[in-house]
Amino acid sequence: MRDGTIVVAGASLAGLHGAEALRRGGFAGRLILVGDEPHRPYDRPPLSKHVLTGEVDAGATTLPGVGTLDAEWRLGVPAAGLDRAGRALLLADGTRLPFDRLLIATGARARPWPQADEARLSGVHTLRGRDDAAALAAGLAARPGRVLILGAGFIGGEVASSIRALGLPVTVVDPEPAPLARALGRVLGGFMAGRMEASGVDLRPGARVARLEGDGAGRVRAAHLADGGTIEADLVVVALGAVRNTAWLAGSGLSADEGGLSCDGACRALDEAGRPDEAIFAAGDVARFPHPLYGGRPVALEHWGNAVAQGAHAARAMLDGPEAAGAYAELPAFWSSQFGLNIKSLGLTEEADAVAIVQGDPRTGRFLAVYGREGRTIAAVAVNAGRWLPAYEAPIRDGAPFPPITGGADQPSPAPVPPGLPSAQAA
Amino acid sequence: MRVVVDLNRCQAYAQCCYAAPERFVLQGDEILAYDPAPPAAERAAIDRAVQACPVRAIRVEHDGPAERAA
Ligand SMILES: Cc1cc2nc3c(=O)[nH]c(=O)nc-3n(C[C@H](O)[C@H](O)[C@H](O)COP(=O)(O)OP(=O)(O)OC[C@H]3O[C@@H](n4cnc5c(N)ncnc54)[C@H](O)[C@@H]3O)c2cc1C
Ligand code: SF4
Repeated sequence: MRDGTIVVAGASLAGLHGAEALRRGGFAGRLILVGDEPHRPYDRPPLSKHVLTGEVDAGATTLPGVGTLDAEWRLGVPAAGLDRAGRALLLADGTRLPFDRLLIATGARARPWPQADEARLSGVHTLRGRDDAAALAAGLAARPGRVLILGAGFIGGEVASSIRALGLPVTVVDPEPAPLARALGRVLGGFMAGRMEASGVDLRPGARVARLEGDGAGRVRAAHLADGGTIEADLVVVALGAVRNTAWLAGSGLSADEGGLSCDGACRALDEAGRPDEAIFAAGDVARFPHPLYGGRPVALEHWGNAVAQGAHAARAMLDGPEAAGAYAELPAFWSSQFGLNIKSLGLTEEADAVAIVQGDPRTGRFLAVYGREGRTIAAVAVNAGRWLPAYEAPIRDGAPFPPITGGADQPSPAPVPPGLPSAQAA
Repeated sequence: MRVVVDLNRCQAYAQCCYAAPERFVLQGDEILAYDPAPPAAERAAIDRAVQACPVRAIRVEHDGPAERAA
């Protein structure tokens, strides 16, 4: 297909890269990008990092490509529904946009604090978009007495790092026994805990906030822990992960929930019976797809590189058909930077039953950890050792024996230990 | 001007930091900080950085005529 109308719902990283790939691939028809934010596509990773430290302006991360893309923009208006039989996207302002192909790239949003009245207290923030980052940066500029971060995942850690760089007191609370434990396990989490504490973070692993308390004027003043303790804080960042933006698809008959919109390897959206819709595709954080490297298990990623690659893959499948595009099999990869550490990951650590530090040494702050499952290599994580990581791409793709045989003289013995992942604990 | 760096691909070679030291800096061992919206006057330096990157991690889009006029 090279003509007709293609509509993209969600004007961010995956939507932009999908649209650009369509034009690169020769699509000459009408291309419309619909976004509920008033902004043209912008980059999110800096929002928790150099934007909060004040080094980059919240409004400065508009993505290259937006200027030259030949497309119509419908910004500031959400897609509110989908008429699948009539092949039309329904916008909240009543507009009906007929399409030949639709790319759904509505991403995810920050999971809100569950008690809505407490979440509304002034001083309680979440972080997903540039407006959130601007509001949070303004709150930090007022020099709060203490910032409380709920959740020690990647975003919580990056925010804590940025706020420590501003010299403000920070407490981080997470029910897991170590920061980043859900993603990297307790072994690497324990290393991160040391780094965070050395940077002056008041870290409270294994703790749960039960309730946020406001002052008389509707401003947050404290958090009450489930075990009875109290933390006084005048700024709270809720960093409890993300939920996929699929509510607008309710009633469409597509298989979608808070965990994502299911699609097949060619990025085609699946209906509730599991059949692909030939005209509707998904990419980026919103997409839940079967990963061939992980037994076809459906995964939904929150990785910048996935939004870029999957947007382009969906475009290929739209233009040339699912067979020509083949199954999307990009190796999952992401980075995070916090507390002076550059953390880079390849593969999926979930479901690992062992981890081994195979290069470097956590005591020097530079090391590479390999994750295995049932004797096979499934993932690798580099900490300040990014250049060592590419060597593990092939072993992960091939499911090479774990632990890998490295044998360098300067290398520690790679004795595998349980990674301390919540899923492995349960197993 | 709009700049983005694919930090999965970036290997902290710091070539961009030599080419455009006002806009790219390494923090710590290998965290790259960069200006995503450099002024148009830096065009030559940014182009040098794009060319210098050994892993082609930097993407730049120059301002269109309308933006230049603004
Ligand atoms: C603070 C932060 C830091 C991050 N740091 C890193 C990092 O260091 N490394 C990394 O690999 N990844 C990082 N990520 C993740 C990365 O930014 C995401 O994976 C990426 O943005 C996903 O792109 P996307 O286009 O799929 O979704 P999104 O970027 O979420 O975009 C979806 C767009 O669709 C819009 N939308 C939603 N519903 C509708 C609707 N009904 N109608 C119209 N539009 C709608 C949304 O408002 C949004 O503009 C970070 C994310 C955040 C928030
Ligand atoms: S030159 Fe390229 S690889 Fe090196 S630091 Fe800059 S962006 Fe990264």
